[in-house]
Amino acid sequence: MDQNNAHRLKRRGLKVLHLVGLFLAMLVICLPGLWIVLNSLRPTVEIMAKPPVWIPQDISLDAYRSMFGGAGQGGIPVWEYFRNSLIISITSTVIALIIGMAGGYAFARYKFKGKSAVFLGFMLTRAVPGIALSLPLFMIFARLGIIDTHFSMILIYVALNVPFTIWLIDGFFRQVPKDLAEAAQIDGCTRWQAFWQVEFPLAGPGIASAGIFAFLTSWNEYALASQITRSVNSKTLPVGLLDYTSEFTIDWRGMCALAVVMIVPALTLTFIIQKHLVSGLTFGAVKG
Amino acid sequence: MAPVTLKKLVKRYGNVDVVHGIDLEVKDREFIALVGPSGCGKSTTLRMIAGLEDISDGVIEIGGKPVNDLPPRARNISMVFQSYALYPHMTVRENMGFSLKIGKVQQAEIDQRVNEAAAILDLEKYMDRRPSQLSGGQRQRVAMGRAIVRKPEVFLFDEPLSNLDAKLRTQVRTEIKRLHAKVQATMIYVTHDQVEAMTLSDRIVIMRDGYIEQVGTPEEVFKRPATRFVAGFIGSPPMNLNEATVDGGRLVLKGGQSLPLPLEFRNKVVAGEKVIFGLRPDDIYPTGHGLSSGEATDVHELSLPVSITEPLGNETLVFITLGEKEWVSRMLNPRPLAAGETIKLSFDLSQAHLFSAETGKTLRS
Repeated sequence: MDQNNAHRLKRRGLKVLHLVGLFLAMLVICLPGLWIVLNSLRPTVEIMAKPPVWIPQDISLDAYRSMFGGAGQGGIPVWEYFRNSLIISITSTVIALIIGMAGGYAFARYKFKGKSAVFLGFMLTRAVPGIALSLPLFMIFARLGIIDTHFSMILIYVALNVPFTIWLIDGFFRQVPKDLAEAAQIDGCTRWQAFWQVEFPLAGPGIASAGIFAFLTSWNEYALASQITRSVNSKTLPVGLLDYTSEFTIDWRGMCALAVVMIVPALTLTFIIQKHLVSGLTFGAVKG
Repeated sequence: MAPVTLKKLVKRYGNVDVVHGIDLEVKDREFIALVGPSGCGKSTTLRMIAGLEDISDGVIEIGGKPVNDLPPRARNISMVFQSYALYPHMTVRENMGFSLKIGKVQQAEIDQRVNEAAAILDLEKYMDRRPSQLSGGQRQRVAMGRAIVRKPEVFLFDEPLSNLDAKLRTQVRTEIKRLHAKVQATMIYVTHDQVEAMTLSDRIVIMRDGYIEQVGTPEEVFKRPATRFVAGFIGSPPMNLNEATVDGGRLVLKGGQSLPLPLEFRNKVVAGEKVIFGLRPDDIYPTGHGLSSGEATDVHELSLPVSITEPLGNETLVFITLGEKEWVSRMLNPRPLAAGETIKLSFDLSQAHLFSAETGKTLRS
């Protein structure tokens, strides 16, 4: 009996420790986000206070009001930035997904010469820091006259995202047994139909997650966008944050408010798509 | 009407031939089994018939028409995969009706044909389940149902029972046999299990290293194996095989002992010829405990010590050492035997097989 009690106590103790550990980890992850939301609602004095004020005393939506209020009231062209971000992110994500699906499928299903070398090459592009490319890119784009356009940003983000989407989607297509496409072909499908009717629905969750990654990369990217974009024509939200800095001051509250505006759509999209990320969909296809 | 004909069929990967120009004629409504060890080319052959694998050389005809360049969907075949290959995102009903839906058949007819197939395979209770909610045997039945619904001219089975446990395997085997009787279509069945091949098929094709060793009815390949390989492959436990040299009227087994030369082969071998001597376990039995009591004409007796026994209830497998090998004999109406006990064994040499040691081919003409 004593042994039983001892083990039960030990198990409970471990569980409590486990929960505390999880809580701390979540705190570390969530606190910056929470801090940004809080800071967007309170005056700079409180933000800069030392020691930090944890519980806000003076909550207002002034930052949001002035942000959307237009140039006269210290606002910024947030709608334009938002539109630019949306156009650039969605277009580049869609293109990256189309190329990623084609590439990932080819890598998963076909044998061809230099397959692993090409694959390694794709991965190596990830090792190059984006900022190292900013100057050459700027020079080339300037010569081509595509600085400060949606097109240039879409081009960059497609290049940035394609290797990763191919890599991710390749993995998901590999999980779909080859037998299924063959069975579909015997059942009367063309190669193309077999892909859309059987392989695509099964790799769907993987393709969706690749889409989220590509979208978030484009949505949040700052380093390259800050070099290539100049005006409301193409400036994205992360670059727009810089509008809150002037020579001697930084409007932390405004910046945080814009950050919140940036986070909300990304978070919403992730939540919506996450629901469809049912894992283990291929279970039951083969063997038992 | 769909006979399947293979003419000089070759499959080549790079410089390596895996199927070496095989010829085979499968008659309409025949159940034929391709059997052989792993890597013998049987699955590749089946996949070429299905159109899933390109043909390197030769011709495949289905229903008298060459199909070499037709895609799988145009060959009017169905295939049951070893892995079942059910579509996991569809219910059983959708899985079975998929081919008809793709073929743009009216929904009413789809329902009718799916229900028919479900009734044949006793699947009615599971129609709205997903494959993941079924057991292995049920999944295999759905895979068969999916094949039936198309009403194809040729059914192809690629080791369909390999993933099932022993009991279920026997059960589904019977179902396949019943299915063949019901649907009356040509069936080509690939397996590495010679028992499956023997029990199911009208004719068996034994393959090895991309060549066909023998084509024949189960009885033919069992009783008159064309090669040493077929003799060793078909039958359980396998045939006892031992190298031997012809010495006058006797066969001297490698390892020392000798037996009289079977009467049937007296005129077919010459003195000094090296041969492989083969005798099935059924044809060696402790005297008085055998199959062919009385009728046998060429029986020879030897007294040998028992090395080990495997009782199976209605019979016992008795292991003895003869020549350089351990031989198996089958004892019917068994009595308890102790290891080391010397018993009298009858060798029914009228059932013996001799193969050329050089070519492995039978010396029976």
